[in-house]
Amino acid sequence: MIAIIDYGVGNLFSLSSSFKSIGANTVITGDPEIIRSADKLILPGVGAFSDAADKLRLSGLDKVIIEEAKKGKPLLGICLGMQMLFEKSFEYGEHKGLGLIPGSVVSMKGVIPSELKVPHIGWNGIIFPKDKLRSKIFKYLNQGDHMYFVHSFYATDCEDFVSSKTEYGALLTASAENGNVYGVQFHPEKSGKKGLSILKAFCEL
Amino acid sequence: MITKRIIPCLDVKDGRVVKGVNFEGLHDVSSPIKLAKYYSDCGADELVFYDITASSDQRQLFTDILCETAKQVFIPLTVGGGINTVADFDRVLKCGADKVSVNSGAIRNPSLIKEAAKLYGDQCVVLSVDIKRVNGVFRVFAKGGREDTGLEAIEWIKRCVADGAGEVVVNSIDTDGVKKGFDLEMLKAVCKAVSVPVIASGGAGKTEDFITLFKELPKVDAGLAASIFHFGEVKIADLKDEMVKHNIPTRIC
Repeated sequence: MIAIIDYGVGNLFSLSSSFKSIGANTVITGDPEIIRSADKLILPGVGAFSDAADKLRLSGLDKVIIEEAKKGKPLLGICLGMQMLFEKSFEYGEHKGLGLIPGSVVSMKGVIPSELKVPHIGWNGIIFPKDKLRSKIFKYLNQGDHMYFVHSFYATDCEDFVSSKTEYGALLTASAENGNVYGVQFHPEKSGKKGLSILKAFCEL
Repeated sequence: MITKRIIPCLDVKDGRVVKGVNFEGLHDVSSPIKLAKYYSDCGADELVFYDITASSDQRQLFTDILCETAKQVFIPLTVGGGINTVADFDRVLKCGADKVSVNSGAIRNPSLIKEAAKLYGDQCVVLSVDIKRVNGVFRVFAKGGREDTGLEAIEWIKRCVADGAGEVVVNSIDTDGVKKGFDLEMLKAVCKAVSVPVIASGGAGKTEDFITLFKELPKVDAGLAASIFHFGEVKIADLKDEMVKHNIPTRIC
């Protein structure tokens, strides 16, 4: 059973229907006991980093997620949920993340050419590094497959953990992983069949 | 690089997908749930669900059919029709919409876009405008194209974008249902006025119309159509193959 962690941020409807469509059994929960007993964890998130990080800490679920991840339980962070896996974010101030993947989250403003719009919204290709083994969660994908992105901030200083990048005036981190901890900046639940194949591969870990 | 989007539009009335010519003479096509699943699977880049009579009937959009539709869609979903308040935004977002499209509601309630953008972010707010030439001037029409508001379209769009509309759907009543191509003149005027993504709607009759759109107006981000997709006159996979041949950035799946 896969637990989609509910800490009061965002709408989990799409995520749970996408898992349902691939035949996976999920539960949307904020209960530490259910999270501990789940086989795998999904950390979703939309909105502002500090708001989400505060909610996670207030609920006490931050400690549960860290403990479970350290035991080796597969964890997938999506969008803001991915950004929360890093050590810190510089979105309107400096905020502490879960620290499960080394690196930090910064604005793409000033990194990408000024004529490009922020947020980066739309379908963009993901590029796998040629010198690394393909991530297990991308086993069904091809180089350059398109995913749906909506974000203004991205993970940096995490080169050793980057599993794919996307080109938007600069090469931005599209996904990262550290052992059993996986993060995708894009929305696999909104990225058609290719996106669903990532969730399927995650279920098969 | 961000790809150009192809967006089928489900115009829903009484729970069924319809498509008319110049908004009149609606005929039944299919179940929105089945069509949505078909498009989500077959390579559409986004889906628009409009409850086309919610606004003119002055009632709320059908949320039960929307929820069932959203369950079948694994691409971004934009929902519109009868969106008049922030509570309407909340209701359709909870049904699984990613973006909410406002049209008549923004005319009736001038603070709606500002309030919604503040709560849900600019990326969530789509301004949809039905535009028709009146004595050579682009004018905004309301209630599904039935009522001349007297508003000048370009000024209206600029104001809504300044308020926080993150995207603009330009629906030309003059070319809608005519199938002779998008309204390039109107779209060009909108692209010149705003920097947010512009979605072209109204007039597509064949694959070449999309190629012309993206080649002639590189600032247009997406092409939207309904009946030509529903009736299979244009197949999305074939359209995308053609876009690739013309070096238009395209998502292939």
